[in-house]
This record gives sequence, C-alpha cells and structure tokens, in this order.
Amino acid sequence: MLLQAKSLEKSFGGTSAVDGVSFSLEARETLALIGHSGCGKTTTLKMLNRLIEPDAGQVILGGVSAFGMPGHEWRRRIGFVIQQAGLFPHMTVAGNVLVTPRLLGWDDDRQQAKLGSLLDMVGLPRAEYAARYPAELSGGQRQRVGLARALAGEPDIVLMDEPFAALDPLTRDGLMEDIARLRQELGFACVLVTHDFSEALRLADRIAVMDAGRIAQAGTAHELITAPSGPVVAELLKAPRLMAERVGQAFGAEGR
Amino acid sequence: MSGLFAEEWAVFPGHYAGHLRLALSALLTGLLVSVPLGILSARREALAGPALATASVVQTIPGLALLALMVPLMGGMIGFWPAFAALALYSILPILRNTIVGLRGVDADVREAALAVGMTAHQRLRQIDLPLAAPVIVAGLRTASAWVVGTATLSTPVGARSLGNYIFQGLQTRNWAAVLFGCLVSAALALALDQVIAQFEKAAQRRSRLRAMLGAGGLALVIVPALSVFITGAGLQDGAPGTGRVSEAPSLQGQTIVVGSKGFTEQYILADLLRRTFEAEGARVEIRDGLGTTVAFDALASGSIDVYVDYTGTIWAALMKREDPAQRSAMYARVSAWLLNERGVMAAGKLGFENAYAFATSPELSAQHDLQTIGDLPGLTLSIASDPEFFGRPEWTRTRDAYGLRSLTTRSMDSAFMYDAVRNGEVGLITAYTTDARIDAYNLVILEDMRAVLPPYDAFFLLSPGASGNTALLNALEPLQGAIDTGLMRRANGKVDLDRQSVGQAGAWLYEQVFESPE
Repeated sequence: MLLQAKSLEKSFGGTSAVDGVSFSLEARETLALIGHSGCGKTTTLKMLNRLIEPDAGQVILGGVSAFGMPGHEWRRRIGFVIQQAGLFPHMTVAGNVLVTPRLLGWDDDRQQAKLGSLLDMVGLPRAEYAARYPAELSGGQRQRVGLARALAGEPDIVLMDEPFAALDPLTRDGLMEDIARLRQELGFACVLVTHDFSEALRLADRIAVMDAGRIAQAGTAHELITAPSGPVVAELLKAPRLMAERVGQAFGAEGR
Repeated sequence: MSGLFAEEWAVFPGHYAGHLRLALSALLTGLLVSVPLGILSARREALAGPALATASVVQTIPGLALLALMVPLMGGMIGFWPAFAALALYSILPILRNTIVGLRGVDADVREAALAVGMTAHQRLRQIDLPLAAPVIVAGLRTASAWVVGTATLSTPVGARSLGNYIFQGLQTRNWAAVLFGCLVSAALALALDQVIAQFEKAAQRRSRLRAMLGAGGLALVIVPALSVFITGAGLQDGAPGTGRVSEAPSLQGQTIVVGSKGFTEQYILADLLRRTFEAEGARVEIRDGLGTTVAFDALASGSIDVYVDYTGTIWAALMKREDPAQRSAMYARVSAWLLNERGVMAAGKLGFENAYAFATSPELSAQHDLQTIGDLPGLTLSIASDPEFFGRPEWTRTRDAYGLRSLTTRSMDSAFMYDAVRNGEVGLITAYTTDARIDAYNLVILEDMRAVLPPYDAFFLLSPGASGNTALLNALEPLQGAIDTGLMRRANGKVDLDRQSVGQAGAWLYEQVFESPE
C-alpha cells in the first residue's frame, strides 16, 4: 500500500466541499478522480499534498503520516501537475525543472544528470530547450516542462489536476502517451483529476466517481460501465457509452 | 564674474551635495520602509487599506506645506532632518503602492505551484513573488525618485541646503539665471537617477554584469560632483541645535555663528551683511537662507540658528496674535518683552529702518482717480495685490474695515512680481514694502494711512536663547544698531532688484556704508 487517504473532510465557510473521502493506492497504480465541477475532486487532490489542509482525516504515504512534518517537506516528496503548468516565468526551463532538486539539496552532478534525462524523456532536448523561458514555449511544451518539474524530485507519486484541459486534442493525445510511457519507465503512482471519462479510461487503473464531496463509486472502468451504482455514475457514463456505440457502428459498417 | 552661470558654479558643490544627500537618503529610507510594509500588506487587506490611505493622505499635502509642517513637529529643528523626514514620507506612497500592486499581480497558479514544488512561504517570497513583482516595485521607486528630487528643491525654506536655494533666491532677487540653473541641475539629477535605477533593474533582470557596472558608473557620476563636500563635510552642517557654538568668550574668534534669513531680497542682503560683520571678528559663519517666517522664528527659538532680522509688526501679528494697533516704540517694547518672557528670545536692537506695508499705486491711476490717501479708495473697483501672508493678517481686515475697502478685490502674488504688476496696470494697488527700491524707480505713489491703521514694521535683531548671553556676538552687532535707515536699505535692495547685482555685491556695499564711510 503506497498511499492511504482516510476520511478526508473539508468545508469552506460552512459549506462542505469534501465529506469523508477514503481511498488507497498501490505503488505504480493510477487512480482517476472524476466528476462534475464542484464535486470536490480538486479539493481532495490538494489535501493529499496539503496545499489545502483537511479539517479532518489522515493521509499516509509509504507508511509516513502527512501531518508529522512541515507542509513544504511533505510536498517535496510528491509531484504536482496543474492545468496551466504554472511554470515560473522568470526562470528558464532548467531552472523550473530543478526547483525541487535544489530545495532537496542535491549536488550539481545529480541535478544536471536528472535534468538531461527528464528533458529527453518529455521530448524537449536539453541542448535546445534548457535555456529557454516559458514564454518561448508552446502550450504542450510548457505542460511537458511542468511534468518534468513534477518528476524531478523522484517522487513515488504524482498528483495531476486536469493536466490536459487547456491543450488542443492533438497535443493532448501526445502528452497522454508520454505520461503513460513515463509511468512505465519511472514507475510512479498517480492520482489524476479530470472531468473527461476518456482520459480516465486511457490512463487510470481504477476510477473513483465523486459527487457532492463523496466517492459515489470506485472500481475499474469495466465495473463502472457494467454495474453503475446509481444515477450519478450512470449519467456520467451516458456520453461515453453513446460515443462507444457510434464508434462501434462506424467501425462495424466499415467492416461489412 | 566671467562666463555663463559663473556665480552659480561657485556655490554648486554645497547646494548639489545637500540636494543629493537629501534625495538619496529619503529614497533609501522610503524603500526600506515601504517594501517590507508592502510585503506585509499585500496579503492582508486589514493592513493594506489603512497603510495606503495614510500614505495617500500624506501625498495630498502640498510638498512645501509638508516640509514646513515638519519644523514644528520636530520641535523647531531646521535643516537636513525635517526636510529628510518630509521627503522620506513623500517617497513612501509610490513604492508602497507599487509593492502591493506588484505582489498582488503575481499569477495565482504560479504561487500555488511554488508551494507545490516544496517551497516554504519565505522561499516563495524571495524566489517567486519579489522577482516577479520587481518591475512594478522598481517603477514605483522611479516615480518616488522623480518626486523626491523635485520636491527637495522646496526644502530651502526649512533651512536644508539644496538646489532650491538657487530657485528661491533667484525668484526673490529676480536672478533668472540662478532660477534656470537650479531647475536645470535638478531636472538633470532626476533624469540621471532614473537612468541609474533603470540600469540596476535591467542588471538584476538579466543578471547582466555590464548593466550593473553601467548603473554603478552612473551613480558614481551622480555622486562625484558632491564628493569633495561629502568628504570634508563642509557646507553640510545644517545647524543641529546645541553644539556649543556660542559661548561667553570675549571674542568671536573660532566660533561658528549660524545666521538665518527669510526669503526676500532685503533678508538675503542683511544675512550677507551679518556674515561680513561676524567674519571680520574672526567667526565662521553659516547662512540658512530662504526660510519661511514661522520657520525662521522656530529655528531661532530652538537654537538651530543664532541670529536673524525680523520686523516688529510681523512678530506682533503672526506670533503674538495681537490684532490691535500699537504705537511704534511701544510695539518694540512689548514685542521685546513678549519674546524674552514667552520664548526666551532676545531682541537685540533696531537696525534703524522700517519695512512696513504701504498701499501703493501707479502714477497714472493716482492721477486718474485723484488718489492721495487710503481714504480715497472706498467705492473704487480696483484689485489689490500682496504677498500671501498679508491678506491672512488682522491688519488687512482692520484696514479694510477702517476705510471701508470692500470694493477691492484681493490677489495674492509673490512679492517679486507685484511691483511690475502695478506698474503695468495689471493690478490697481499693491501693498508695497517701504524699503523696496522699485517704489522710487517706478514712481509709485504711496497712499497715506491717515488713520494709522497699518502697523509699524521696525527691523530688529533676534538672538536665540543660547546666543543671548554671547557678549562677543552682541558687541559685534553694536555698530549695526540704528545704522541703516530706510533710504540706505532701499538703495541696497535696489542694487539687487534693479541693478541686477548679486546679493554678495549688495551686502559688500552695505557693509562698506556702515563700517567704512561714516558720514
């Protein structure tokens, strides 16, 4: 068991945002948190790395409790990728990627080796990109740098908050492939927040559907599709199901 | 006197060094106060609101008023410190406002990402917030720099030496070359500092050593003209009180006497006369000129200056707040007693002349309306110009009511301009100073004050509480007692106001008249 979230609760100004969420994650596993806006999925994600401090509950990573150390130390052990990448505009690509290794006090050789290998992995050759500033990159390239930054501290787990939402479909496909490949190579676990079922389908081992601050149902894609626990899950699956039928018909018609 | 601005260059190092010292120290203080305050306020609305509101209120106070206010607030101290305090306050708003705006402008995603990668709040401030807000903060610093360098020219009336000394003295003595010179140097300094800051900013942004060197070189160039003064300290003492300047020593030899002067021609000349008189006795003399009326008196009472010349009617109305008229010698006696009892200031003898207000008009207007006395004025719709102080004094309301002058419209203007204004017919009347040479030169007609409502204005020496016991100083003033009658003072003023001579030349001429050719 790599990560355990137990009974997380959070309310903002008296309104409950997350109301008793628990789940666990094995090493190398990817869990997708999916649901409509305001269902509490992003709040849940940010409580895992304590960007939002829970009102109640527990987070345990590799047997260590999140609340036994200062927040910044906890966060250095966890990668975090956000929608618009959130790169530091006054730092080069190299500067952005190496922020966490520097905070962790790595020596220069280790930092430089990490930089080279990570930039190669995300398809931004160091010689060409290391000295560029974020403003000189495309949206997809920025998101790749954000990914490299999240991975630079060699975390066991990476949290992703709608990482594809701001990208065009083609770039999105490429990045999804990259993330899938990086997970194979580096073996990190992942919690992915998305509202798009097809992203969850492509990247996640398990999917947790959230509604009104609670997990409505969690399981594999197959389990959700064959046995939705209630109207919320069924409603969420309606569009993908229709899509699948149409695609199936299209392919069937072609094969006939 | 050779070459353009030769006279101005002679006093340049002191004026420039004083100005630069004021501007740089005020800016540095503003920066050290505002940036931390801005950092604290940026995320705390409860602090940002009041901080910005206070700084904005300070900013709405006119520069000259803020400077003048600092003198009583600092216990009558004049010179560097009140000017520094006012300018530092002035520099706070732009830097504070821009620090807050700059920090609030940092992208929320970027700030969250900084925490997510594992920065502490302090690391985020240093590595993310401040670098990203820097361009805005520096823009505020540049605004503050322009304001402070400009406003520092107004510190002359509170006794701080600056490029404003050129401007104030030039305006009063109608030495336009000096005014122009002061403005040019001040503007050049503002532009130069702006460029220096810009270079440092670019150096920090691009980590460019070349830019940093350019900035440092520029700063060095700005400082070099003041270097000799900074090193020796000469010309920078602004008269901190109580440094044991005066004593009961029998001679002025080796003593430093600080002479004050208000901001008009006669006062500049008298300060120069006093300087020559004391230097002849072996004293070292510093002059604080261009002071406002109450500033000069407060400075004397607190011991920031040792001696200056004021006028009985001024003390009577402005300080004693007396509204009733008084006979000439009775007023001097009462003023002397009040000064000593209330403020510990000694009235050390009259100079001999009176510089009163007198209603004056042009010969043309006088002929047209048959004007001989103030009593001829009621019912005429004329404008009357005077310095801003006069219309605020009871003697104006008293004169207006005594003669029924309600039909006159008042216009405040600098005394340097009003004589030409009445001569040209731009205004109908002015309250001329009786020692002004332009009364004779322009053939102005003085309207007689039949009811003796206008108070007497005998010029007399005032000594600070500390200087009152200085026998050597009193002895040095002895030859000046009653030595200058109204005609002599009028001629000395005329040398500056009409003949375009320097204050120094007029002072030397007056000194000669008093000491070397007793007729």
